[in-house]
Order: sequence, then structure tokens, then C-alpha cells
Amino acid sequence: MAITPNPYKTTGFLGWIDDRFPLTKLWKDHLSEYYAPKNFNFWYFFGSLALLVLVNQLLTGIWLVMHYKPDATQAWDSVEYIMRDVPWGNVLRYLHSTGASAFFIVVYLHMFRGIIYGSHRKPRELIWIFGCLIFLMLMAEAFCGYVLPWGNMSYWGAQVIINLFGTIPFVGPDLVVWIQGDYIPSDATLNRLFSLHVIALPFVLVGLVVAHLIALHEVGSNNPDGVEIKKHKDPNTGIPLDGIGFHPYYTVKDLVGVGVFLIIFLGIVFFAPDGGGYFLEKPNFTPANPLSTPEHITPAWYFGSFYAMLRATPSFAGTQIWGVIVMGAAVVILFFLPWLDRSPVKSIRYKGPIFKIALTLFTIFFVLLNYYGMQPPSPTGTLISRIGTIVYFAFFLLMPYYSKIDKTKPVPERVTYEAH
Amino acid sequence: MSNQGVDPGRRRFLTLATTVVGGAGVVAAAVPFLASWKPSERAKALGAPVEVDISNLELGQRLVVAWRGKPIWVLRRTPEMLESLKKVDSSLLDPESKAKQQPDYIKGEARAIKPEVLVLIGSCTHLGCSPGFRPEHPAPDIDPNWQGGFYCPCHGSKFDLSGRVFKGVPAPLNLVVPPYRFESDVKIVIGEDPKGVA
Repeated sequence: MAITPNPYKTTGFLGWIDDRFPLTKLWKDHLSEYYAPKNFNFWYFFGSLALLVLVNQLLTGIWLVMHYKPDATQAWDSVEYIMRDVPWGNVLRYLHSTGASAFFIVVYLHMFRGIIYGSHRKPRELIWIFGCLIFLMLMAEAFCGYVLPWGNMSYWGAQVIINLFGTIPFVGPDLVVWIQGDYIPSDATLNRLFSLHVIALPFVLVGLVVAHLIALHEVGSNNPDGVEIKKHKDPNTGIPLDGIGFHPYYTVKDLVGVGVFLIIFLGIVFFAPDGGGYFLEKPNFTPANPLSTPEHITPAWYFGSFYAMLRATPSFAGTQIWGVIVMGAAVVILFFLPWLDRSPVKSIRYKGPIFKIALTLFTIFFVLLNYYGMQPPSPTGTLISRIGTIVYFAFFLLMPYYSKIDKTKPVPERVTYEAH
Repeated sequence: MSNQGVDPGRRRFLTLATTVVGGAGVVAAAVPFLASWKPSERAKALGAPVEVDISNLELGQRLVVAWRGKPIWVLRRTPEMLESLKKVDSSLLDPESKAKQQPDYIKGEARAIKPEVLVLIGSCTHLGCSPGFRPEHPAPDIDPNWQGGFYCPCHGSKFDLSGRVFKGVPAPLNLVVPPYRFESDVKIVIGEDPKGVA
């Protein structure tokens, strides 16, 4: 039976493949003929950087597992073994631990980009939702990974986080035992978190990233003007007039971003791998000790805001569950953003003063929450965290109202762009 | 094979029946995966009740044993120690132990089945440090009116000789009384309720 020739008319070895597998089609659909708006700016580096960090985590993670032992009696020693005896082991581990923090930095900036340019708005709601799921998985992944060195902060962090489930009425205490597989965090707990960290969650994470990109390439990228480039296509070729092929234009541009990122990232890996005690916390340089709690339990820096909201919520009716609910709601509310924003324009460039003030307050208080989440409890910290929590939720919950009454500027037909 | 038209009702029924049976199969298949997360037999064995022989425990002495990886205190209180419980009532956060930090059969200020024998889990209800036993009084380094009790070195939480927490310290709750029962006058089983109460 004759094969139907592929529509790309490729010949030779590539032609042989294209007749059997859509290689040229995939290359064109997702790279050379994926037309992205020509006016991407600085904020558009962070998507591809997140992909780079993901690859870094997967590669260094696979190599770390070659030396690490997921066993409560050996985990700590095996991490020290990686640090001291395995050739280049310390670099592999620091690439992985610094990568975790870098992941959150680029993802937070990537999400901020989405908020300022309205990248979550119709028809990109699913891209945003996949992104929120990625963020959620990333948090779970970071927590599991944090426990693996079985340092004292790992141990007590696991204790505190798992015990959050203990606040659920009726089933809470049994749920905690079920999650731990024991009555205290133990070998069973470490082992299952290891399994989740290296197998289950990475699978889900990579799958979600693929879904995120498929959805993006289906509807096309947004841009700093928040206008649809597909509205104006070349009548002959059908290519958006303001679109340029992702490859080579943005692959090359992103490589510059990669270069700058690697200079900073590797600078930290080589010269300050503990990130001043924020990327690797000091109490985690002592082994887990179930009989001695560190003086001050801090979450990893990237959970600071959410932890601050947990602590800021007073217990009420004899239970602490309200804080857990507030913390959970702070993540869940992100999913609804595409429907909360009722502004006729997408980009901050054409939005009015109310949105700009709301966003500024939101950003300031998010950073403040993060700061106070890492400090020991204090009356000032509690007060600011409470205000911050209210501002955080008000930004989202009042958005349907203020985004509607806000005075917007007219949106241009085509993207604004100056050639340089 | 007949060539007569399809019977949509029959198809719908078969699809539905297959889905239901398949769904039941999925639920059944999920059981081992979910159940495997429960404590293993070994973890349960380590968490099994422990027997404590108190025949050699002198009045005023405290014994520490481990149960489920946690320190368990057994304190044989003197009449004088039991007397002291009343004196501190007004400075306690929850003198009547209303919060459920003990099994239902543990009542009153003594928080014990037999007032003389106190059994507690020795983990501070603040952040889980193990408080020290400070029976002496006065103890000016803790409190000028100290009547004896437990003092947590980590964050300064104070408990009386029944493990009841004082006001104004970081710990929010009284120390936990584990389930336990008397096998005989001198043998306690920790981790099991007395016979007759569920």
C-alpha cells in the first residue's frame, strides 16, 4: 500500500520520517510557524526561564537520586555524602536547591506578568487554570523535596504542614496518621514523600506544562497591549501582521534572557548557595531530632505569604481550621481570576487608576506578607499580616466591581511597537 | 446477526451497566492504593500499647517511658502534690480541662484514673518540646509562687502537677493524657482504654 506523501514535501531521511510521524508539522506548529506578537518585552522571559529551571530540576534531581537514600536513618548521611564525597555532588545539590527557589521566583514573576497584561482573560482562561495547577503542584513538590534531607527543619516542617490537615473536623487526626503512615513523622513518611517528589508529582507537573503549552499554542500568546494579533492577518499568507515566528525570533531573544539568568543563578549556586539562610535554612544543617524543635520554625521563603495568612487568622470556636481555610482559599481564588476581571481592556497600559492602585497595594502587601511570614510572631507582624490578608482577598473579591467602574483608555487596533 | 435497526434503549442500558460495573471496579482497585498509606503492621507494633510496672516507683518520683515515639511520664504524686493543685487553679488557662486533651474517663483537677498516679504525654502543646520535671518549690527561676510542675525550656510554657497549662504562656492547651488502664495495682497499660469504656 502506498503511503500518502506528507504535505511538507520533505525528502530523504526527514521525508521518510514525515511520512510516518509529524516531525516537520510539530516543528512548524510549535516553533518556526508559531506566530507570537512582535512586541514582547522583559516580562516575557519568565515562561521560557521556568521551562529551563524545570529541566535543571529534572536533570539534577535524577542525578541526586543516584546517591540519595530515602531512609530515615540514612537520608541525612547520604545528603552529607553527596556534599562531601560525591565528585561534584555539592554542585549538583546546590543546583537543585537553588533551582527550587529560582523556580518560585520566575513563576511568581510569570504570574505577575499574566495579571498586569490580562493574559488570563478570554480566550486564555484554560492556560491560566493549567498555570494555577502547575503552581499548586510546584508547592507540593517543593514541600516534599524540603523534607528529604531529613534535617531538623525538614522534620519539624513536615510535622507542622502535615498537622494542618489535623485541624479538619472529625477526620483530621486520622487523616494525619494516614498521611504520615505512622503516629509521628517517620521513615514511612519520608519514604512516601520521596516517592511523590521523584515520581508522581514530576509526572503530573510535566503533563500540566504540556497542557499549558498546548492551550497557549491553540489560542496564541497575549502581549503587553492585550490586543489580539489574529484580528489582522496578511490576506495572502494568513499570518498575523504583528506576529513573528517563535523560532528564530524569540528563541534567540530568550537565549539572551537565559544568559543573564544563568549569570545570576550560577552566581548564587557558586558563591552563596544557602541564599543568606533563605534558600537553605540553618536549622536544616543539623539532623532531624524528634525531641528538639528548632527555636523558630520558618517556612521556606516562597511560602512566606501563605504562612503569614495562616498565622494572621485567629483561632475561633476552639479550632485553628480557619487559618488553614484562609491559606487554601488564597491559592484557590487565583483560579477564578479570569472571571473576576470585568474590565473591557486586558492590559494595564489601558486600564484606569483604580486597577493600578489596587495592583500596587496588592503587590506591596504580598511582599510584606512574605516578609512577616518568615519572622517570629510579633504584634506588628500580626497586624500587618491581617491587613495584608484583607488586601490580598479584597484585590480579588472586589475586582468584579472596581474593574467595571474603572476609567479605561482606548485600545489600539494593532500592537504598539517601535523598531530598534 | 440481524440487519434490523438498532435498539437505542438496549444500547443505553448496556453502556450504563458497563459503566457502573467498571466504576465499581475502579473503586475496588483504589482500595489497596489508599489503604497502603495507613500505618504498616510494623509501625502499629511500635505504636502498640506498652506495659509499665510501677511497683518500684517511689512517691514523688517520675518515670519516663516511650510510646509511639513520644515520651510518656508516669508520676506518683504525694498527698502534698495533690494538695498543691487547688492552690494554682486561678492562674490556669483551663483548670477544669474542658478542652479535649484527655480521654473522656479522665476528669477533675487530678486528671488521672487514680489521683496518685499521673500519666501524661511529655510533649509541650506549643511546639512539641519536652518540658522538664520541676517538683521543687519555690523555684524562683520559674515563678515566685511555683508549687511544682513542668517547665518547658524552649519557650517558657508552665504546667502544674496535673499537666494543666498556666495563663500567659505560649502553650494553648493542657498536656495530653494518653489512653491508659490499670492491669493491676502496679501495672499500667499505656495506649489502651480501661475495659468497659470504648
